[in-house]
Amino acid sequence: MIPFDYQRAEDAAGAVAAVAADPDARFLGGGTNLVDHMKLGVAAPHRLVDVTRIGLDDVAELPGGGVRIGAGVRNSDLAAHPLVRGRYPALSRALLSGASGQLRNAATTGGNLMQRTRCVYFEDVTTPCNKRAPGTGCSALEGPFTRYHAILGASEHCAATHPSDMAVALNALDAEVRVLGPGGERTIPLDEFHRLPGDAPDRDTVLEHGELITAVELPAPAGAARSTYRKVRDRASYAFALVSVAAVLDLDGGGAVRDVRIALGGVAHKPWRARAAEDALRGGAPGEERIAAAATAAVAAARPLPGNAFKVDLVRATLGSVLRELAAGPAQEPAEPADPADSTENAVEGEGR
Amino acid sequence: MTETTADLLNAKAMGADLERVDGLAKVTGQAPYAFEQHAFDERAHAPLYIHPVQSTIAKGRVTAVHGERAAALPGVAAVLSHENAPRLTPEDDSDVAMIQTSDDRELLVLQSDEVSYRGQIVAAVVADTPETAREAARLVGVDYAAEPHDAAFSPDSADLPEPTVDTELGDVAAAMAAAAVTVDAAYSTPIQHNNPMEPHATTVVRSGGALTVFEGTQAVHIVRRILAALFSLDAERVQVIGPYVGGGFGAKGSVHAPLVLACLAATVLEGRPVKIALTRRQMFELVGYRPPTVQRVRLGADAEGRISAVGNDVTTHTSRLKRFVENAGGSAAMMYAGENRSIGHRVAELDISPATFMRAPGHAPGMFALEVAMDELAEACGLDPIELRVRNEPGTDPVSGLPYSSRGLLDCLSEGASRFGWEGRDPRPGVREEDGWLVGTGVAASTFPAFTMPGSAARIRFAGEGRYEVSIGAADIGTGSWTALTQIAADALSVPVEDVALALGDSALPAATVAGGSAGTSSWGTAIVQAARAFVDSHGTEPAAGAELTTVLKRPPDTRGYSTHAFGAQFAEVRVRADTGEVRVPRVLGVFAAGRIINPRTARSQLIGGMTMGVSMALHEESVIDPRFGHVVNHDFASYHVAANADIGDVQAYWVEEHDPHVNPMGAKGIGEIGITGTAAAIVNAAHHATGVRVRALPMTLDHFLR
Repeated sequence: MIPFDYQRAEDAAGAVAAVAADPDARFLGGGTNLVDHMKLGVAAPHRLVDVTRIGLDDVAELPGGGVRIGAGVRNSDLAAHPLVRGRYPALSRALLSGASGQLRNAATTGGNLMQRTRCVYFEDVTTPCNKRAPGTGCSALEGPFTRYHAILGASEHCAATHPSDMAVALNALDAEVRVLGPGGERTIPLDEFHRLPGDAPDRDTVLEHGELITAVELPAPAGAARSTYRKVRDRASYAFALVSVAAVLDLDGGGAVRDVRIALGGVAHKPWRARAAEDALRGGAPGEERIAAAATAAVAAARPLPGNAFKVDLVRATLGSVLRELAAGPAQEPAEPADPADSTENAVEGEGR
Repeated sequence: MTETTADLLNAKAMGADLERVDGLAKVTGQAPYAFEQHAFDERAHAPLYIHPVQSTIAKGRVTAVHGERAAALPGVAAVLSHENAPRLTPEDDSDVAMIQTSDDRELLVLQSDEVSYRGQIVAAVVADTPETAREAARLVGVDYAAEPHDAAFSPDSADLPEPTVDTELGDVAAAMAAAAVTVDAAYSTPIQHNNPMEPHATTVVRSGGALTVFEGTQAVHIVRRILAALFSLDAERVQVIGPYVGGGFGAKGSVHAPLVLACLAATVLEGRPVKIALTRRQMFELVGYRPPTVQRVRLGADAEGRISAVGNDVTTHTSRLKRFVENAGGSAAMMYAGENRSIGHRVAELDISPATFMRAPGHAPGMFALEVAMDELAEACGLDPIELRVRNEPGTDPVSGLPYSSRGLLDCLSEGASRFGWEGRDPRPGVREEDGWLVGTGVAASTFPAFTMPGSAARIRFAGEGRYEVSIGAADIGTGSWTALTQIAADALSVPVEDVALALGDSALPAATVAGGSAGTSSWGTAIVQAARAFVDSHGTEPAAGAELTTVLKRPPDTRGYSTHAFGAQFAEVRVRADTGEVRVPRVLGVFAAGRIINPRTARSQLIGGMTMGVSMALHEESVIDPRFGHVVNHDFASYHVAANADIGDVQAYWVEEHDPHVNPMGAKGIGEIGITGTAAAIVNAAHHATGVRVRALPMTLDHFLR
């Protein structure tokens, strides 16, 4: 582990100033990903600025029915928060399907967005990787272990996926990311926060050095909208998604689609907003034909790697099932674990089972 | 026919549901593991920590090691490489070795510039903290002259060496041609890594010409013998201590490179305790694994399902540095009747890290392939899979012709069927759906050999006031040896367990064989029984305080007239999600016939542990070598999946009464490994029953079921 300095920020402005002034400095949240990377040599910051005690740990209701989530709110606390469970059950489900209880207790909202791919080559400094060491090449493209790699939006330089569950749900919920930087504040739609790899896969997000996530804001849910998050994986818990679907469906009084938002996880370098699928679903009632068209549209642009073509079928199957369930189901209910297998590991503080 | 060797003792303690005698120490943190052991007073002699530098090429030579930056880091005590490491003195000691010789090339750490696999130790740093050692290791520069390597396992390649001929009876090809019903299919299993919870760890100090080693090992005496040879020490100058071990699954059954490295460092830094604990990644590179198999299984039967032909042509791989062959064909050799039989292994030689034993070597992959093929044969014959096995129960061992000392397979199938609720099962695949999940059930048989190794010794000492001290240099790797051997000793001495103080896990105690091959309890228990009898012969039942006697078990019980194996039957319920193919296993039930069960509590733990590992093997475990680089690229627990709690549903293990007077004086067969055999087949067979999809390649991931 490379020696580093540690300092605890007093407030957001101080944290931003400290990191902005030092090109080798990084913000430290829960540390569940960054510290691993420091041990592995994947990341080598010389200075860590701890942002867990700067007062960004509230979940608050916004005028108009939305919710503001402080960047320092721990994943467990967020998943269990009554405002989230009541209004955004898909977010609660997404959080509870991620990682393990111990990790969720440590991981923060901002850190979850900033976590990096778990591509095995990215995490192994002895192999080429354009994301970790630009210009060295991508080992995944022709590698034998592509199960967790992208089928959408990849480039000839990188086929990594973003591993977050939370971010997929936030995307479908049309969240916005509030950021404080040396030049002031700005707001970034979640869908524009993470990048596609293109020819600069070393950049995961649009943030500039020194910019700090201070909050995530969710708009008020539509009155009759139903939403869910479904994560598909081989292992029943504690595994990244092979494919996940976050969807919000709002039907009008006549049963026609008033609004629909679909985001996919495990398939791209960012939480993948499936706008073609959304378009295919609009214009009438979500019947079988329209749902099939949406599921097909979601993967029309897919370019799988050798070894992960099954994910094209898996997206289609999962999205189809999720849309059928939402179309048939009642308006949304507070989140319960989607899979009984999750219930044992999902016990969070204040939520006895 | 040979004589009966067992009198089964007068069992009072054996069979009792005794709590683990080491349980309280473990759950209260009072049982020190190797890394936590203190060699000397560590306040006076602060320990040093090692971090290895591993090769980034798969084949070639080290041309230079640049250790200057590492050596300059404050806290660094030494930088080792082949240029300055002490010379080892390996011997061909195969005449005394049960498992491993000291000229095993895996052990010749830092002895030359040669690189034989990616991840091989090419240098190491010793420093005052683990963090400093790790950082300094990063600063060591290594120059290589790389040579082309071959790390791609190509089972269909025409260039592979000729297969071995392990069994050849009759004419399988002709019998297949004449058979009314045949199965001829390829089944594959991937590389799997043992991954015990406790990584390989060592605390060692060399002082005054003696080596004191605290080691997580399955065999303190084997470690002592190997180290004594490598370091040119009298065996009496080497002490290996390992009373508590956090699992091994075979990976701690022989010596691996990190222990040798630690002893090299201790030799350079005489008088200082030196510690190493592998990272999880290093566990994928330095301490072995189960090699992959591709098994072409052939079964031929008449219309009633009576088998005439059994074949298993296995293709697997080995490291060029050290040959290890996964004997997957052994299961098909002995399991069922059939006059024509052909078993062979074709072994690709690759530039990869050495493999080793992993729980139920040979039989874990072998019983996967055979038992799925049996399910396919049952389906082809229109028979219930249990009935197919009943019809092919051999009267004698099909290869040796010997009678079985006991063979409880049919009892296990019958009792398992009853407990599981097999009767009335609709055999049609793919017709049961509940809430979007396809549901099926499956069955498979289990087996593992029962044997006793020669060479263990035991010491009995009467301490006075009715109390006996029983000493043997055995190991408890979490299995329950502390408890089971105490029970055996109590019965052998005709005293209550409270009057027996057992000692194990130290090479200062009498010699003992490995905790491996499911032969530990049998081998050590037999040695204890022999010593107890000799003690009573010499000292009577009212000995003087301090009376003591040690005997060596030179010859194990004579079982030459018998084929000796444990058997079992496993049943599984599997659910496959209709839309996504996700697989869940809510229920696994096993019934085993393994002779006398010494302790029901620890036995059940062993069996459900094996079955749980079998579920993991069925659903998840797969190490992937990237042939371009030569190493396993999914070398952590984020990408190499073992079953999580949520994957394991209701796991039940039972056993049938089995009286086997032949295997050893206790009448007990080993149970450490049989639990993992057959589990994966039962699950795959159940998944076929659920979906109609026949999976022949492990792990059985969801993509097998996507349509």
